[in-house]
Amino acid sequence: MDLVVINLIDGLFYGLLLFMLSSGLTLIFSMMGVLNFAHASFYMLGAYFAYQISQYIGFWPGLLFAPILVGIGGALIERYGLRRVHQYGHVPELIFTFGLALLIEELVKFFWGNNLMPYREPEILKFVLFSVGSNAVPAYKIFMIFTSMAIFLALLYVLTRTRIGMIIQAALSFPRTVEALGHNVPLVFMGVFGVGTALAGVAGVLAGPVLGTFPGMAFVLGSIVFVTIVIGGLGSLWGALVASLLLGWLTTFAASSSFAFSTLLEGIGMVRPEDMDESMLRDLWTLTLPQIGPILPYILMILILVLRPYGLFGKRDV
Amino acid sequence: MTDTTQKDTAIAAGSGITLGRALPWIIVSLFLLVLPWIFGSNSAITIMNQMMITVVFALSYNMLLGQGGMLSFGHAVYMGVGGFMVMHIMNLIEDYSLPVPMPLLPVFGGLFGLGLATIVGSFSTRRAGTVFAMISLGIGELIAACSIIIVAFFGGEEGIKGDRTYGLPVFGVEFLQQKEVYFVIAGWTVLATLLMYLFSRTPVGRMANAVRDNPERAEFLGYSARWVRFYSFCAAGFFAGVAGGLFAINYEILTEQNLNTVQSGVILLIAFLGGVGFFFGPIIGAVVFTLLQSVLSLQSEIWQLYVGALFVATVMFFPGGLAGVLMMHVPAWRLGKLGSLVVPYIKTVIPAMIGILGLAALMELVFHARHAAAGEDEITLFWTTFDGFSVLPWALASIACVGGIWIARATAPGLRAAWHRANTPDRRPAA
Amino acid sequence: MLKMTRLGVAAALALSVSATAVFAENIKIAFIDPLSGPFATTGTNGLAEYQFAADYFVNQKGGVGGRNFEIVGFDNKMDGKESLINLQVAIDQGVHYVVQGNSSGIAHAITDAVNKHNKRNPDSRVLFLNYSAVDPALTNEACNFWHFRFDANADIKMDALTDVIAANADIKKVYVIGQDYSFGKAVADAAVKMLGEKRSDVEIVGNELHPIGKVKDFTPYARKIVASGADAVITGNWGSDMVGLGKAIIEAGFTGPIYTYYAASNGITGTFGEAGVGKINLVSEGSLNPSANADVDAYVDAFEAKFPDHDIAQPRIANVVRMLAMAIEKAGDADDVVAVAKALEGMEADNFWGGKLMMRPQDHQIIQDVYVMQQAAGVKHKLDNSDYGLETAVKVENASADIATTCQMERP
Repeated sequence: MDLVVINLIDGLFYGLLLFMLSSGLTLIFSMMGVLNFAHASFYMLGAYFAYQISQYIGFWPGLLFAPILVGIGGALIERYGLRRVHQYGHVPELIFTFGLALLIEELVKFFWGNNLMPYREPEILKFVLFSVGSNAVPAYKIFMIFTSMAIFLALLYVLTRTRIGMIIQAALSFPRTVEALGHNVPLVFMGVFGVGTALAGVAGVLAGPVLGTFPGMAFVLGSIVFVTIVIGGLGSLWGALVASLLLGWLTTFAASSSFAFSTLLEGIGMVRPEDMDESMLRDLWTLTLPQIGPILPYILMILILVLRPYGLFGKRDV
Repeated sequence: MTDTTQKDTAIAAGSGITLGRALPWIIVSLFLLVLPWIFGSNSAITIMNQMMITVVFALSYNMLLGQGGMLSFGHAVYMGVGGFMVMHIMNLIEDYSLPVPMPLLPVFGGLFGLGLATIVGSFSTRRAGTVFAMISLGIGELIAACSIIIVAFFGGEEGIKGDRTYGLPVFGVEFLQQKEVYFVIAGWTVLATLLMYLFSRTPVGRMANAVRDNPERAEFLGYSARWVRFYSFCAAGFFAGVAGGLFAINYEILTEQNLNTVQSGVILLIAFLGGVGFFFGPIIGAVVFTLLQSVLSLQSEIWQLYVGALFVATVMFFPGGLAGVLMMHVPAWRLGKLGSLVVPYIKTVIPAMIGILGLAALMELVFHARHAAAGEDEITLFWTTFDGFSVLPWALASIACVGGIWIARATAPGLRAAWHRANTPDRRPAA
Repeated sequence: MLKMTRLGVAAALALSVSATAVFAENIKIAFIDPLSGPFATTGTNGLAEYQFAADYFVNQKGGVGGRNFEIVGFDNKMDGKESLINLQVAIDQGVHYVVQGNSSGIAHAITDAVNKHNKRNPDSRVLFLNYSAVDPALTNEACNFWHFRFDANADIKMDALTDVIAANADIKKVYVIGQDYSFGKAVADAAVKMLGEKRSDVEIVGNELHPIGKVKDFTPYARKIVASGADAVITGNWGSDMVGLGKAIIEAGFTGPIYTYYAASNGITGTFGEAGVGKINLVSEGSLNPSANADVDAYVDAFEAKFPDHDIAQPRIANVVRMLAMAIEKAGDADDVVAVAKALEGMEADNFWGGKLMMRPQDHQIIQDVYVMQQAAGVKHKLDNSDYGLETAVKVENASADIATTCQMERP
């Protein structure tokens, strides 16, 4: 029972981290119709910038300035890169972000090298807040959970309750009309791209100390973010939230379970082979759920795409 | 982008084989035949083998992306599975002394690639666009993960090994040497390229283009967009499997790295770099990329940074890829004005190249200053060795960088004007 | 057009491949390991250690028979195919000695390719000096005459680790976790088998594999470990999987020792920092703290002075260079690799890091002292430019000198 409670907390933590990435990505997608492959790279940049800033003036300024820097970088890339490629069509756009992801990783290696960065949480949050059974829950994780929830609420408020949010929503569906009404749609696009990447930056600043700050951190998380927004339904903020939490709990519980496939095989009436080395199915007999945990999201995504291509909450086709 | 290829086929449709159309193929085949005598060293041959395998793979990838408009993030899976199958067959030949000549093996690779593509294609090709791309990503991740878990077939991360020399000798050749393998791969490359070229000329191949450009209109014409995509997908799977078979023969080992997502990303990069709008684009991409990978990585530690920058620059400025750049000159050539571009090119491109090399030199200097061992001040750049911490090289590189780019910018309008002139037909003087 | 590109390409090829193959007087050693990509740190660190060792032990003493050692770095990008291309280029450049260590998978590819090459091309044979790939199979069923291993293999290391665990009466429950591939499985199997033999009362409360390089958050695994009530953890993880797992375990409130193979240097020691002190245990050869003698201190200090960003993370590299030089000296001709291999076979020498070295003739596995070390603060030779380093806790002399082997090699 203790384990279930602690897994719920850990899953929430991981799910909300995913959400901070996928919310920006899903906004960008619904706006420009392009999947930003470099989104996780902005997450990585957030972590590295914050590390560098924390070397000089501490963790908290890093939390503030690193996402702003990342957002400015994102807006510039939209203005001078993506907008240019946009005229060639969607596939070159996607490939551009793909190349960008590659380039950002190489640049990070160029400036910071290949090593792990000793980027740590602030001393003030370095204590055990409470324990469930013998398992400790660090204060930093709870801080992270509340920060990301606050961001979600703020985002929701801006999008649904403010004038800017209305313009963004309108620009998503009817860009021409909004432009005719005298709004600067390219500027809106640039702004949304900047904010989306800044959100990824926040995620990086917060996750860097927990999940490690190294050049591969974007690649590790990259494709799972797409999976999240595809499952949630492209362009849907609620979908992104639900899918993020779903994946967070799915991977957490899968990793902490000890379910073995041999029970399943025996359940359907198969007999455990005497000599494992001779059996072609020997790997199935020794397989456990934690072993395939990280690929469960992909299976889920394929099923969703085949059965319900607009995702859980999406209104339109992918 | 595809104007020129379109025209070719309009003329070609229905007519028989003419010398003019067969000539490029004959020349290329002859060229491939004499190549090993020009570059006889084993390493040159190994790199050429790698190039040809990549050519087949990249062309097969372009059947999806360039010709069918399907963006795949998991194409390496078909190459990998084909290769693994060939490796297993190779081991069966060794264990049971089966009388199978080794050069035939890629066919089996192709068939297994085809088989897997048929299964996956049956549900993934229902939609194009993002749905297809995401399913391909999911399948790619899935099979790559399986390749580590299912040791019985994939051999874990060590992969599986074989020995190609146990096949039936072909005219006494047992394929002990790289050179002998070279000819097998060269033969298969020409054959597979020819077949893929012919496929793009068949009604299915033509319809793939139509479905790529406008699926609705193709449906109105009575073609099922889905089936057209499915056929292209299966054919691409077959040729990817052939490439896998060639890989198995050349390297005698296959690992999980052959089918993981990195490999799938690399082939996307190669195809796009070469140019997806033209049949021969991926060939250029494969050759250039293999060279970059094998040669540049011997020269520079930050070669991947250059490749990434090159790729992003290609997407931004030359979305037609290297092939697109080449084909841009065809109109001027037809007008007989290609010569008029030479001088403006020299004025702009050479300073630009100097500028870029200067920038690269600066990057190398920065990298050296940050990462070199203490006391190891010497750095070798462009075949000269000097002290990396003295002012002169930094100044030279900066001047080359800034100056080159400045000159290139200054002369760019001239080039643009010359380009415009070269592409406008001369008006007949008014009578 | 196509012709043109091919021609240009061919010209570039000829230039780049042949331009480097000029110097004949140096004895070239091809270093094939990742110098770019996610594993580049280990590779560049290893290359620095080789270059330093070659200068220190051979070139500054006038070389071997008047010839210097030259380490030629090849970037295999941690890819099997690239490694084989590198091997071919190296052989064309007249290299007779290949060193590689990162990833047993690639070591398998290279040892197989070297074996085939030597069979097919008797006039350009090469030796494969494996300094770090520890899959036991390489000196058992997959062994061959051309392969020599200078690191203790996974079984030998586990033997030492389980000795330490068996001697610790406080440890009653052990959790085994590792990456889901051949090495992770080999570690797990060896741990279960040896613990069973040495301390049948120790309970294995968990034996688990996780996907390699795919886990973003190790917390759920750490929760299970803590909940199982384990007193100690054994893992073969490396790279970011090691850091992720280690940090998650410590953060979850685990207080016992974590026994590892590769939890040091390359930023790992620095990242663990204070949290790792006394908890991170590592089995390795070559003790830096305390060092065996003043020579060792001088060597390490000289290395750190020259490469401040690198560490002596693989002390065995010094032994590779020294033993190769001795074998070439004995054989008399660096180009006669069969003679050099025969000289290496069964060679006994002093270990630079203290103790003795013996290259077992039957399987080409080196026998040396193995240490279990602990992360500690304020030691003499630190890692990662941090305040932390490794301190020897237990020394196992000539570890597993009589370990069984199934190796049956064909000798020329």
